[in-house]
Amino acid sequence: MNTTTILGGASAQSRTMQLAMAMLLGLFVVGFVGFSHMEAVHNAGHDYRHSMNFPCH
Amino acid sequence: MNYFRNVVFIAAIAGLVAGLAMTVMQAFTTDPLILQAEVYENAEAAAPAAAEAAHDHDQAAMSTAEGEQAAAPAHEHDDEGWSPADGFERNAYNVLANLVGAIGFGLVLVAASELAGGMGDWRQGVFWGLAGFTVFTLAPSLGLNPELPAMPAADLLSRQIWWIGTAAATAVALYLLFLRRSPALAALGIAILVVPHIIGAPQPADHSTPIPENLHHSFIVASTLTNLVFWVVLGAAVATVRARFAEPAGDARRSFA
Repeated sequence: MNTTTILGGASAQSRTMQLAMAMLLGLFVVGFVGFSHMEAVHNAGHDYRHSMNFPCH
Repeated sequence: MNYFRNVVFIAAIAGLVAGLAMTVMQAFTTDPLILQAEVYENAEAAAPAAAEAAHDHDQAAMSTAEGEQAAAPAHEHDDEGWSPADGFERNAYNVLANLVGAIGFGLVLVAASELAGGMGDWRQGVFWGLAGFTVFTLAPSLGLNPELPAMPAADLLSRQIWWIGTAAATAVALYLLFLRRSPALAALGIAILVVPHIIGAPQPADHSTPIPENLHHSFIVASTLTNLVFWVVLGAAVATVRARFAEPAGDARRSFA
């Protein structure tokens, strides 16, 4: 039942690299929406920050 | 970049699903409480003395630096440059932030789970979601309770640093606990889990706030549960979408790749 499956499309080494890139991209996106000090970004994402329990003000 | 494209596609679909689910939940859980809190925030800002103190983040940061007052006063939205108008515009930006944030977390979750071998089925997805909840909600909120507008808090940057450090430490701890099969590393994981809380989150010097205690308590429950459901949905959605792209690990084509 518990057969292992993989996502196709790359060798193991390039897979690790691409996953690292995907993780960095994800952290960058979350950081921009939730942790930016830019006033406009803060105000636009204000309710999201509070709901997600990101430090806001 | 076929593989990277698959990862992004899975994260995008799962993020959209979980982000939309969270938007619906927020409408009934956290959003009404935030609006209620803003009534207190605006009433406080209307008082002349408070209005003077409540202006902007930089002043708050300066007073913190002087060590004279660690509490950043609640801010006043109207005086701080562009912000979306209440009503449709504000809700639209909130939905956008929900979706973009959910896709970002989706990327992190897909990448982390693929590095660990990939989610087998939706139930494993639920466990990965619970891990995300532990890392990004549970651990940081132990030290920094979910906060409402008009609540006093320590300097923003120092809280963000503690928040990110705690999430990172918790992620490393879960990795050592669950993905390594060594008692010594598990013990190290527990230690790393605890360290940020021994250091302690930055706290304001003065906790007094116009927000009633029961409103804040409701918000902590609402925010925590909304995040819990969000993460479980995100994990299950990632696993479900992933199953459509996955192929057997022993596939002959792959073994030569």
